[in-house]
Amino acid sequence: MNFDLSEEQVMLQETVKQYLENECPPNKLREIFDGDVGLDEGLWRGLAEMGVAGLHLPEEYGGAGLEMLDLAIVSEVVGYMAAPGPFIGHALAGLAIALGGSEAQKQKWLPKLATGDALATVAFGEEGGAWLPDQWTLPRGKQLSGSKSYVIFADHADVIVVGTQGGGLSLVERGAAGLEIKPVDGADRTRRLCHLSFADTPCEELPDGDAAAPRVRDAGLVLLAADAFGGATRLVEMSVEYAKTREQFGVTIGHFQALKHQLADMAVEVEPARGLYWYAAHALDHVQDEAERTAAVAKAHITDRYMQVARDAVEAHGGIGFTWECDVQIWFKRAMLDRAYLGTPAVHRERAAVMAGW
Amino acid sequence: MDLDYGEELEGFRADVSSFLKREWPLAGDEAKLSLGEQARLFRTRAIEEGHLCRNIPKQYGGSEQEPDVLKAQIIREEFAKAHAPTEPRGIGTMMLVPTLLERGEEWQKEQFVPDTIRGKTQWCQGYSEPGSGSDLASLKTKGELVGDEWVINGQKIWTSGAKTADYMFCLTRTEPEAGKHAGISYLLIDMKQPGIDVRPLRQMTGGADFCEVFFSDAKTPKDWIVGKRGEGWQVSRTTLKHERNSIGSAQQTRAILAGLVQLARESKINGKSALEDPQTRQRLAIIEGYVRAHQYSGYRTLTKDAKGESPGVITLMNKLISTNIGHEIAKLSLDLLGDEGLLGAGGGMETMGRSGQWISQYMYSLGIAVAGGTANIQRNVIGERGLGLPRDSAAERSSNA
Repeated sequence: MNFDLSEEQVMLQETVKQYLENECPPNKLREIFDGDVGLDEGLWRGLAEMGVAGLHLPEEYGGAGLEMLDLAIVSEVVGYMAAPGPFIGHALAGLAIALGGSEAQKQKWLPKLATGDALATVAFGEEGGAWLPDQWTLPRGKQLSGSKSYVIFADHADVIVVGTQGGGLSLVERGAAGLEIKPVDGADRTRRLCHLSFADTPCEELPDGDAAAPRVRDAGLVLLAADAFGGATRLVEMSVEYAKTREQFGVTIGHFQALKHQLADMAVEVEPARGLYWYAAHALDHVQDEAERTAAVAKAHITDRYMQVARDAVEAHGGIGFTWECDVQIWFKRAMLDRAYLGTPAVHRERAAVMAGW
Repeated sequence: MDLDYGEELEGFRADVSSFLKREWPLAGDEAKLSLGEQARLFRTRAIEEGHLCRNIPKQYGGSEQEPDVLKAQIIREEFAKAHAPTEPRGIGTMMLVPTLLERGEEWQKEQFVPDTIRGKTQWCQGYSEPGSGSDLASLKTKGELVGDEWVINGQKIWTSGAKTADYMFCLTRTEPEAGKHAGISYLLIDMKQPGIDVRPLRQMTGGADFCEVFFSDAKTPKDWIVGKRGEGWQVSRTTLKHERNSIGSAQQTRAILAGLVQLARESKINGKSALEDPQTRQRLAIIEGYVRAHQYSGYRTLTKDAKGESPGVITLMNKLISTNIGHEIAKLSLDLLGDEGLLGAGGGMETMGRSGQWISQYMYSLGIAVAGGTANIQRNVIGERGLGLPRDSAAERSSNA
């Protein structure tokens, strides 16, 4: 019985965190958040050089061959640091190709994705909150015509894994004919969103895409849960820190029970969730019959906790918490993305209910 | 990460399991004994086997095993599966025994520990008083040394099990001239004596688990004191560091959640099974999120304990987490009961039907929220000891007094 991270895993988390602390300090984060692009090539390249881009990809294609838990604990750190960039879309696209691609597709894309020389993302969402493989309606074929919504950093991607009708997956390359990418004014400026439209756009189907899609969905749910845990943890820390420094009535406001209790409640909402996302990630590789449902429960639970803690953190900071200047808003908006991307908590709770036979 | 126990520990599990198959339930004439007698008999054998009272030295009736949290967990799991008695659950085993082992005189350990861990003697805890709840150190119950005896006067309240207890461990003000905390001693008192009057307090559930205890010249021998005079406060803190793991409570909660799903299946909302009601489904899934987070936290704590590392702030949170989950379960159950929520709890858990059990749980969840430090006290503990926030200024002044 060992329900804990290994020394290597702890070191992986520390290394990524250290890198982000050095390379993406608050002023840099702010600059990227406020900037036009939202993606800092250098920052992403550095992460890729550490192996983050191909952590979970097979070793034979240049990846590190690690497990979903390893990817998830990196996602936690990314969430904790609110690191701007394409991590989640890139990770899911790589997984989709690794699981569903032909040998030629894997040869072509995985080595470049593992080194970060190529950037990938996934286009799953459709109008009306249709995020899940069985809800996709974009007709499949040798060409795509239709649209996809809320695609992270599609405007920077070399290849996009597109979800198609009945739960298939197809590859669309940068600059493909008829592909139009329109940036969306998303709340979370660390993960910029785009709408895609296709008009007879050439694509390449992943032969085992139908089998891969649910696994990619579940991985996505777990990575969002992990990101949410990291972000929520950080918001608790920021709020506690503020309560220890801000003074009113001659004492730090952390003396006051109303605030102390609110902070304790925030911590109690967040801290136990660590084990839930760990288990959900572990289950994807090791407990097949529980994996799908646990991923749904983890995503629903932890992204909901993140959003609530983000609201509490704004309150705990008082007036300053409501300003654009206060960093809390950056995590607040990441919470909004984690919560809605790939389906809201209510959607995944209902799925969990169905899977339990309720 | 590996959720298996491994070959060696699975071998240990097989040993425990075959011991249980052999020894529980009791057979033949032994099966005709009272349940209490049966449990005591079984415990003696389980201690000889090394399965119970593992951290208690042999000379005091324990089995004195090498500390091993994983083996301890396997024993808990297997004993629970077999519905076999474990160490008596009362406050005696949980609080008094560890305190005596660390701070007690040799004769005190010999006299009290063996009978307590076998469930032969029962204890109650004399801490709270009508005027001393969260500010426990302000307690006033007086102990005066007269000749070879302490003479005790005053009142305790919220004393669970005082009706049946043989003894009380009691915080008593013996040094009225000393400071607030320094004036307290930790006395052991025989409950069966004329100077003690126990009056049950009726709870909102209708049952009566706890009592008021009145002392009028109650007596206890001079050497029935743990630690020195004026050290009672420190002595009473001894057990605080033995935080409890949450796995047991998370497993219980998962069982209650399964019961709640069943209740939803059987209950009707607008003529249809409540389990089809979207809101009910959401609420059940929300509760499950909390329950499973609590459960896996328990696995992590167990692993950290086994490695001798600190699990961190989570150990301070377990009570509040359980309380919060209990509230949510209680609220949903009352909604599912519908009309039956007009009924009373009945009084005793065993005799009740379906609605009585849930209504009782609806109220008991509040008892749990209040007992052993209210949820707000837990929030202070988490905030101050866990998050490092400054102590409440009034409490700060008082503890420096």
